[in-house]
Amino acid sequence: MKAETTILIIDDETAIRRFLRASLDESEFRLLEAADGREGLRLTATGKPDVVLLDLGLPDIDGTRVAIEIREWSEVPIIVLSAREHEQDKVKALDAGADDYITKPFGMAELLARIRVALRHSKKSPSEPIFRAGDLEVDLAAHVVRRAGEEVHLTRNEYGLLAALVKYAGKVVTHRQLLTEVWGGAYADESHYLRVYMGQLRHKLEADPTRPKLLTTEPGVGYRLKTE
Amino acid sequence: MRHERPDPDELLKRVQGDEEKSARGRLKVFLGASAGVGKTYAMLSEAHEQKDRGVDVICGYVETHRRKETEALLQNLEILPLKEIDHRGVKLREFDLDGALARHPEFILVDELAHTNAPGSRHPKRYQDVEELLQAGINVYTTLNIQHLESLNDVVGQITGVVVRETIPDSIVERADDLELIDIPPEALQQRLREGKVYQPDRVDKALEGFFRKGNLIALRELSLRRMADRVDAQMQTYRSEASIKELWPTKERVVVCIAPNDLATRVVRTAARMGAATHAEMIAVYVESDRQTHRPPEEQRQAQEALRLAERLGMETVASSGHDIVGEIVRIARERNATRIVVGKPIKARWREILFGSVVDELVRRSKELDVLVITAEAEKERPARTASATPRKKTRGFAEAVAVNVVTTGLCYFLAPHVSIANLIMVYLVGVAFVATRNGLEESALASILSVAAFDFFFVPPLYTFAVRDTQYLLTFVIMLSVALLISGLALRLRYEVLSSRERERRSAVLYALSRDLAKTRSRREIAAIAAREVGNLFGGEVAVLVADDSRQLEVLARSASHFEESPTEQIVAKWVLDKAEKAGAGTDTLPNATALYFPLRAARGTVGAIGIKDDKALDAQQVNLLETFANSLALAIERTQLAKESHTARLAAEAERMRNILLNSVSHDLRTPLTVIGGAASTLMMREGNSEELAKTIFEETERMNRHVQNLLDMTRLEARTINPNLGWSSIEELVGSALAQTDKLLEDRKIQTFIPPAMQLILVDEMLVEKALVNLLENAARHTGPKTPIDIRVSRPSDRVRIEVSDRGPGLAPGEEEKIFDKFYQAGGKADSGFGLGLAIVRSVAEAHGGRAWAENRAGGGASFYLELAASTEAPEVPFE
Repeated sequence: MKAETTILIIDDETAIRRFLRASLDESEFRLLEAADGREGLRLTATGKPDVVLLDLGLPDIDGTRVAIEIREWSEVPIIVLSAREHEQDKVKALDAGADDYITKPFGMAELLARIRVALRHSKKSPSEPIFRAGDLEVDLAAHVVRRAGEEVHLTRNEYGLLAALVKYAGKVVTHRQLLTEVWGGAYADESHYLRVYMGQLRHKLEADPTRPKLLTTEPGVGYRLKTE
Repeated sequence: MRHERPDPDELLKRVQGDEEKSARGRLKVFLGASAGVGKTYAMLSEAHEQKDRGVDVICGYVETHRRKETEALLQNLEILPLKEIDHRGVKLREFDLDGALARHPEFILVDELAHTNAPGSRHPKRYQDVEELLQAGINVYTTLNIQHLESLNDVVGQITGVVVRETIPDSIVERADDLELIDIPPEALQQRLREGKVYQPDRVDKALEGFFRKGNLIALRELSLRRMADRVDAQMQTYRSEASIKELWPTKERVVVCIAPNDLATRVVRTAARMGAATHAEMIAVYVESDRQTHRPPEEQRQAQEALRLAERLGMETVASSGHDIVGEIVRIARERNATRIVVGKPIKARWREILFGSVVDELVRRSKELDVLVITAEAEKERPARTASATPRKKTRGFAEAVAVNVVTTGLCYFLAPHVSIANLIMVYLVGVAFVATRNGLEESALASILSVAAFDFFFVPPLYTFAVRDTQYLLTFVIMLSVALLISGLALRLRYEVLSSRERERRSAVLYALSRDLAKTRSRREIAAIAAREVGNLFGGEVAVLVADDSRQLEVLARSASHFEESPTEQIVAKWVLDKAEKAGAGTDTLPNATALYFPLRAARGTVGAIGIKDDKALDAQQVNLLETFANSLALAIERTQLAKESHTARLAAEAERMRNILLNSVSHDLRTPLTVIGGAASTLMMREGNSEELAKTIFEETERMNRHVQNLLDMTRLEARTINPNLGWSSIEELVGSALAQTDKLLEDRKIQTFIPPAMQLILVDEMLVEKALVNLLENAARHTGPKTPIDIRVSRPSDRVRIEVSDRGPGLAPGEEEKIFDKFYQAGGKADSGFGLGLAIVRSVAEAHGGRAWAENRAGGGASFYLELAASTEAPEVPFE
C-alpha cells in the first residue's frame, strides 16, 4: 500500500461515510463517496476505484444488483457491508461476484485487513508456487502439503478443497463457490459434503479442530483461510 | 384413429388413482377356490418373511381352524387381542378395529375378508373394517374364497347347490394391489381332507360327499383361475395403456343396465357385472320410475332399490330417473352417455299378456336402433305377488264407495232424463261419471265405476228393463264399446292426473332448490346457512333434519335442526363423524352403521367434507329423494365452504399485514440502532490505533459499543423468534464447526479460560438451523463467562441420548441459587439481581432456539460446584451419504 489507493464507499448513511473518511488515512487512500446505487455505478466507471465498499441496503437499487452490474464490466474488488442477521443477502451478493464482506459494526483494523487482502488478489501477482500460513505449507506445483515441515497426506477431495481455499486465501469463499470448484456445479447444494471434508481437513491441519486458527468458519456464509 | 394417445381424462384418472393408492395402505388378497387350500398358511408364511426383514407385522385376526401347521406359524408373531362383543348374553369375539387403528402397524393380517361382523360392530362386514385400515395407511393381508365374490355368488350357488350369504363387492378385490391365487389340484385337496388337515376327522366324510365333491372343486378352481387370468389380463391392459401401445388401445365400452322392479333385477345386475368385468366396460345402472310403478306393490319397489344398491356395491354408476315413457327414457340416457349396449332382463310372461300389453323389451329393441340390446331371461316366472293395495286400504275402500255412489247418482239422473232423451245420450251421462271417478281415484276404482256403469245401464235402461238380459243383440256391441270407452277415459284421466302430480312435484323440488340456493347466496354466517338448509330440507322431505358442521379440529357441531330435538346420542355422533371422515353416506337404510336412527349425507365441497346432514324419517327415502338430497347437500357444502374461504382469506390478509408491519419495524430498528453503533465503534477503533494517551478511553468506548451491539442483537433475535418469523432454516451442519464458530465469536470474552470440548467422533453432521444453534451456543458461553470468575474452566460436552442431540455447557462458578433453575430462562430475568448484564434475554433465546428445534433447554447445579446448562435438540443425525474416495 505504498501508492495511493482509491476507495469507493457506496452507503446512504452520511455518518458512516464521514467516519470512514476520517478513519482512512489520507496519505494512503483517496476516497470517493456515493449515497445511492446509481451514483455508485457511475463513480465505479469514472473514478476507477481500487476497492468498492458496498452497503447492501441502498435506497434506490438493491446492493446485490449493484454488485452484479459492476461485475458485468469490472473486476474491481467489492467488499460488502452488512448486518449479521442478513446472511442470506450476503451470500447472494458474494455469489453474484462480491469478493468479501464485513459485518456491521466493525473495527477499523478488521476493515483494513479485508481491504489489504482484496488488493492483493486484484493485483494478480504471479501466484507463488508455495503458499505459507502459520505452520502450514502448500506446494501447489508438487501437490504436497506440509505441517510444521512434516508432509501430511490428503485425499483428492481434501486437497481440492484446500487448494480452492488457498486460491482465495484471506477472502471468504461461499459454500456454493467451494462445492462448484471442488465437486462441480451439480453438487452446488450438497453442503454436507463440505462439512464432512472440512472436518477431516481440520483434523489433519489444525492443532485444535474445535478452535481452528487457519480454516475458519463464517457462519451461514462459508469458509475463510486465514493468512495472518 | 381416436385412441392413438391416451386421452387427458384417462391420464388424469390414472394419476389420481396413483395418488390415492400411494396414501392408502396396500391390500394383498390370498385367494382360494375353497376352504382348506392353504390361504391362511400362505399368508402367515409371508408375514414371517416380512417380519424377518424387520417390518412391523401383527396379526389382527387369524382363523387357524386348529390346524397344527398353521398354529405353529402363529408363534413369534405379535397378536392383537380380540374385542369381546356382548350380543344377547353371548360373548362374541371379533377383530378389534379401533385397537388396530391405534396400534397402527405397518402390516396387519386380517383373515376371512367376507366375514360378517357381530351385531353392534362398527361395520356390518369385515371388508369395511379392512377398507378403513387401508384408508388409515395400514397395509393389509387377507384371505378370501372365490365363492364369496358378489358377482359369482349365484353361479357358485348353481354349481354347488350351496347359497353363500356372506358376499363382498368385486370392487374390493379388483382394487387390491396384490392378488395371490393359492391353487392346489382337487385330488390333493381331497387328500388333505382325508388326512384331517382341514376339518376335524368326524366331519370329513360329510364334507367329501357334499361341498368337497370333486366336480364342485374342479368348477370352483376353474372360476378362481379364470378370475386370476382376468386380472392378469387387466394388468396387461394397464401396462399397455401406460406404455401407450397403440394397436390394442381398447375402445371404452359403456353398458347401460336396466333395472326393473321385479325379482329379476338383481340377477340382471350380477350378470351384467360379470360381463363388464370381462370386457372392462363402464357400467351404468339405470332405474326409471314411472307412473306404472305407483300401482306396483311395495315389494317390487323394494326389489328395484335393492338391485340399485347391489349395482353400487359392484362399482357401477347408478342413475335414477322418472318419466312416463320408460323405454324412451332408457334410450335417452343410453345415447346421452354414448353407451354401446343395453342389458335388460325379461321375465317370461304368458304369451297372451305380451300380445295384449306389449313388452318393454320388445319396444326397447325396436327403439334403440343401432344400440345392441342384451336380453337376460328369468329361469321361471315366480308367483306374482297379489296386487295388494298401493294406497292404504282405507283410502281404497273410500275410492270404491265413491265409485258406487257416483254410479247411484248418474243412474238417478238418467232415470229422470230417460223419458225425454234418446237412450244413447244416457251413455254419455255415465261416461261423465266414470271420468269423474277416474280423475280422483286409481285404476281399480275407475275400472269398477266403468263396469258398474255398464251394468246399471243394462239393468235400468235397456229393454227388457230391470233384468240383465238383452232383447236386441245390438246392445251387446253398445256395452263393449261403452266399457272400452269408459276404461280408455279412466286410463287417460289417470295418466293426466299422474303427469300433473309429478310435474307439480318436480316444480316444487326445483322451486325449493332455487329458493335454497338463493337464500344460501344471500347468507354470510354458517349458522344461518345451516338453519335455512334444515328448514328447507325439513319442508321438502318431512322428518327431522340436523345440519352438522365440522370446526377447525374436525369436530362436528349441530348448527341447526328442523324439529325441536334431534337425538344426539353417542351412536348418532359416531355415524356423523364417520360420514364426515369417509365422505360417504351412512346410517339408517344403508350398509354402513345401519343401527343409527337417522340417515347421514356428507357435505362434500371442493376441498373435502365440511360436515354432514342427517335426516330421520319413518319411511325410507326412495332413489329420487336420495338424489335430490345429495344435490341439496352439495349446494349446502359449497355455501359452507364459501364462508370458510371468506374467513380464511380474511385471517390470511390480517396475518400478512401484521407480518409486513413487523418486518418493517424490525428492519428499521435494526438499521437505526446499527448505524450509530457502527459509527461510534468504528471511530473508537480508529482512535485506538492512533498514538496518544486517549487509547484507554477509546478501547472502553469500543468494547462498550460491542456489548451494546450484542444486546441489540439479542433483542432483535428474541423478537423474531417470538413472532416465529424465524422458521428453522434446516441444513446439515457439523457439530464441531458449530462449537468452533461459537468459541471464535466469544474469543475475547473467554480470554484465557481453559475450554475443554468433548464431541463423540462418530457424530459429525446434524440437521439444524446453523445460525440459531450457533446463536444459542454463543449465548450459553457468554452466560458462563459473565457469571463465573476469570480463569475458571468451561466444559462443552456433546452427547446423543436416544434420538436427540444434547449440548452441555458447564462451568465452575458459584452455581445456581435454589429455585432459580427455571427462572433464569425467563425473559428479562437477571440472575442474582445484577443489572449490568443486559436485558436478560440470552438464556430466553437459548430456550426459544431449543423449542424451534422441537427440543428443550434447562440448567442444573453441577457435582463439585458450578452449573451445567443443557441445550437439547430433536435433530436428525442421519445425513445423506458422502461418497468415499
